[in-house]
Amino acid sequence: MSAETETQRSATGPAAGRAADERVVEVRDLRMSYGSHRVLDGVDLDVQRGEVVCLLGPNGAGKTTTIEVLEGFRVRSAGHVQVLGVDPAEADEDWRARVGVVLQSWRDHARWTPRRLLEHLGGFYQPYSTPDRHRPYEVDALLATVGLEERADQKINTLSGGQRRRLDVAVGIVGRPELLFLDEPTAGFDPHARRDFHDLVHRLSDLEGTSILLTTHDLAEAERLADRILILAGGRIVADGSAEALARQVAGDAEVRWARAGERFVHATPDATRFVRSLLTQYGDEVAELEVRRANLEDTYLAMVQQFETGDVDRAASAFGEVVR
Amino acid sequence: MNTTLHAVRLGVRRGWTEFLLSLRSPQDQGFYVFVGLGALGYLWLNRDSEVEGTSLLLPSVALPSILGALLAFGVVIGPAYALAMEREDGTLLRLKAVPHGIRAYVTGQLLLHSLGLLPMLAVIMVPSVFLFDDVTPQDASGWLTFAWVITLGMLATLPLGMILGSVVPSTQKVGSWGMLPVLVVTAISGIFFPIQALWGWVQAVAQVLPVYWIGLGLRSAFLPDAAAALELGGSWRTGQTVLVLGAWAVVGWIVTPVVLRRMARRQSGSVVEQARQNALQWVR
Repeated sequence: MSAETETQRSATGPAAGRAADERVVEVRDLRMSYGSHRVLDGVDLDVQRGEVVCLLGPNGAGKTTTIEVLEGFRVRSAGHVQVLGVDPAEADEDWRARVGVVLQSWRDHARWTPRRLLEHLGGFYQPYSTPDRHRPYEVDALLATVGLEERADQKINTLSGGQRRRLDVAVGIVGRPELLFLDEPTAGFDPHARRDFHDLVHRLSDLEGTSILLTTHDLAEAERLADRILILAGGRIVADGSAEALARQVAGDAEVRWARAGERFVHATPDATRFVRSLLTQYGDEVAELEVRRANLEDTYLAMVQQFETGDVDRAASAFGEVVR
Repeated sequence: MNTTLHAVRLGVRRGWTEFLLSLRSPQDQGFYVFVGLGALGYLWLNRDSEVEGTSLLLPSVALPSILGALLAFGVVIGPAYALAMEREDGTLLRLKAVPHGIRAYVTGQLLLHSLGLLPMLAVIMVPSVFLFDDVTPQDASGWLTFAWVITLGMLATLPLGMILGSVVPSTQKVGSWGMLPVLVVTAISGIFFPIQALWGWVQAVAQVLPVYWIGLGLRSAFLPDAAAALELGGSWRTGQTVLVLGAWAVVGWIVTPVVLRRMARRQSGSVVEQARQNALQWVR
């Protein structure tokens, strides 16, 4: 883990106070194939206790597959996976009680009310209550946390999309999990709902010390939420670090554009200053329309997504090549 | 605390909640009214016809048979639809994500569909008492027979519904995988016309399946002993009824948990998402 990661983490209260190396998720060389189609090709990732980690990648990169393996909902082809010290493929119901999963459902329990559903599902965690982790979450407090107090006694099928998703989150945390998985939690949110949701994630992490692993294809969201971002592409983790660390690392290359004698040129270089100086020394006044642009994280990420979507998976994976090595 | 017992208790509460919600739902009320009107209409139109070779009126003979068919239909198609739908909409996955949730889910389903029989029986039996003569069991032992045939019949057929709901690829397929076979089986099981009217091999098939025996058992509960003369072999064959239904029940309750476990293992967020996409296509 890089020094930057540590700096970033110290910003969030309880996370920083905990043991530096207590892994709640440990994945080594995770592989997944469907027939001849290889989805995951050696994924390595860790989540420390109290950390918020974002798995970022274009649609179809294997984020959902990865998270479902960790949730114990999908059997992997190969690799070593430990979640809260247990292999999820062989985990029992007691392990379930420690893990929260935020599901994207669409019309289940339509006739129930949020309060009734949370009371029912919370009941399953009651035998797992301990003095320092009282389970389940008190329903009224939970409804307030996700902002559904006013809808608590309305039928679930009358909730809006955003309200439903907040209910999904409430269901995911009703057992006060040590570790929470969220797969594309804000898909279909309007900007306001999205911001509310981000606040909720921060609160969970700060107040409850919950470790959180979430997936998204939206870089801005990952930057806002995560202590650490993992970029998944081509079936591998191609970058791993805080948003700042990743930005610094991709900033290595700058793009220099200029025109000379009616022709346009582009050159990528790690040292733009030196290149421009030699350019001007050589050609002087002939150089026109000079432009130096530092690649930022967003540029690099978007370029990678585009390569991925046009089917150039390998090049997409190497967009962050320098970052990893 | 025993977590298994705790989950079963939550499942019972879940089943009861769902039952109450179903009673309050216009959709389910509509279904009960529809079934009730259909059955009563059929009986009413034939209220004066006598059953050949007896002094019995058709409603007396047909009512227990119809109840038998509805029982089988209700506890096979009902759970099959519920399970197929709740696999697709994520209900099952939600419960899979909580400790011991699947156990509670299955408990809830069993209770819900068992209780669901009560309104079904009520919408037909209660009006029948007022509309027709001789349509209830003759004495206390008749009521007792009614009770055990209903119970055993349910135990024999409910697992079939759970299995069907677990293996059917999508909710839309419940019609062709479930409804059709059940209708065919009902048609050959002596519900609407005596089984003797059919070819020998069809009679043999019908007597392997549970619906015929549920109908026979209910007729033995509702009709005077003399009416046994109308049946195959001129007897109610009570012992065989217990044996056949019992066998279906035992096999069903052994196989069902295995099938349910396999089905539950396949559930994941992406399976639900896929089902959602398919459903959207269907609507379009």
